[in-house]
Amino acid sequence: MATLPEKIELQVVTPERHILSEDVDSLEMPGKDGYLGILPGHAPLITELGVGILTYHKGGETRYLTVMYGFAEVLPDRVIVLAEISERAEEIDVARATAALERARADTPKAGSTEADWDRANAAIERATARLQAATKAGSGSGAAGAVSRTMQHQAA
Amino acid sequence: MPTLLDYRRRIRSVKSTQQITRAMKFVAAAKLRRAQEGVFAARPYAKEILRVLRSAAARMESPAHPLLQRRPEEKILVMVLTGDRSLCGAFNSNVLRHAMDFIREHHTQKLELIVVGKKGRDTLRKRGFSFVAEYLDVSAKVEFSKAKEIAARVAELYTSGEVDAVYAIYNEFKNVMVQNLRAEKLLPVDPEVVKKAADGEELLAHHAGPGGSLPTEPAPGGQGRLVDYIYEQPVEQIFNGLVPRYLEGEIFRILLESAAAEHAARMTAMDSATRNASDLIEKLTLRMNNIRQAAITKELIEIVSGAASANS
Repeated sequence: MATLPEKIELQVVTPERHILSEDVDSLEMPGKDGYLGILPGHAPLITELGVGILTYHKGGETRYLTVMYGFAEVLPDRVIVLAEISERAEEIDVARATAALERARADTPKAGSTEADWDRANAAIERATARLQAATKAGSGSGAAGAVSRTMQHQAA
Repeated sequence: MPTLLDYRRRIRSVKSTQQITRAMKFVAAAKLRRAQEGVFAARPYAKEILRVLRSAAARMESPAHPLLQRRPEEKILVMVLTGDRSLCGAFNSNVLRHAMDFIREHHTQKLELIVVGKKGRDTLRKRGFSFVAEYLDVSAKVEFSKAKEIAARVAELYTSGEVDAVYAIYNEFKNVMVQNLRAEKLLPVDPEVVKKAADGEELLAHHAGPGGSLPTEPAPGGQGRLVDYIYEQPVEQIFNGLVPRYLEGEIFRILLESAAAEHAARMTAMDSATRNASDLIEKLTLRMNNIRQAAITKELIEIVSGAASANS
């Protein structure tokens, strides 16, 4: 029997750029119907993606990315994430995300709004929340960048 | 006859024009590089979407989607892509001429128009056309969200049956010197695209091809063999989600190509303008020196003949 691969080649691409290409030990990603944990040697799988955080582990390190909509293809030794939007946790502008969240909350549709309005409002809240979570997680991990983003979040709140 | 001063003024004015054209050339060159990178960066995504789309289609009995539906082409939607600014050689007028030819060829059908770019909108409006939608200031920085917006509008018109086919008329970026005018059918999606093709490469070549001189990256996972996937969601749902993504990707690519072609056209136009200005300055300087010399000679003669007559 073939041995299982030890690493997963993780590729994250959006229409606008190639976000990430790295060999990782394991990862979790937000499928449309819930989070999926992937280890090397996973059976081939295709899924739609929801809005959330992609977490990957490499060596002892854990890193975070936001992932929003799109698709992912899983192969035993490779995962290709085709996200519509994706950014590394370090790139997230916490102040902006916080502002977006507040705007989205304040802007919830009133009675009589169409379903599309609700969907849009919910999606905006979802996106902002995912960004903030990713930034916070990356922040609680380690380093000065985290401290900065925490204070920024604090100020913005 | 122009005087020395006239020439001096003329040269100064040409020089300042040249400075502007030279600056524009450099700006266009920088923007072109960025646009090229954009075209390049968009490729892996488009390629992968297409691959997943195919493998999903191959697993379905009969892949069907409103955007794949064929109807007799009675009402046609034409998307015309121009730039927002001028001073880019024949870029805009070429697209518009092509668009007019296209419109004339299809005069028996009912036509609807979508314009991208200020130049196209202004010209076509002057000729009495109206538009279902217009998108301005797209080419300066092509964003995927814009492509999404356009794709949503186009898909809506198509699925509601308001139009039976969608064409895009645009400048394809071949290389810096060459732009190809194309009229490409966007909808209905060519069934060849989703065909149960075991080898995805030859159609992918078409998608990687239009970049000519652009670097093409080897596909991450470019093998065409069919893998037996687990589908997290029903395969039809995945397929239905992928088809609009494919359209968005195509429109995004067209926007990027057109923007790159525009910058290339502007760069070439400004380069030749700068060179023409140099030639003109050279010619003017020569003529100015002629006149100056003539004036000096005339003065000398006057002095000499004046002296001669005083002596005699």
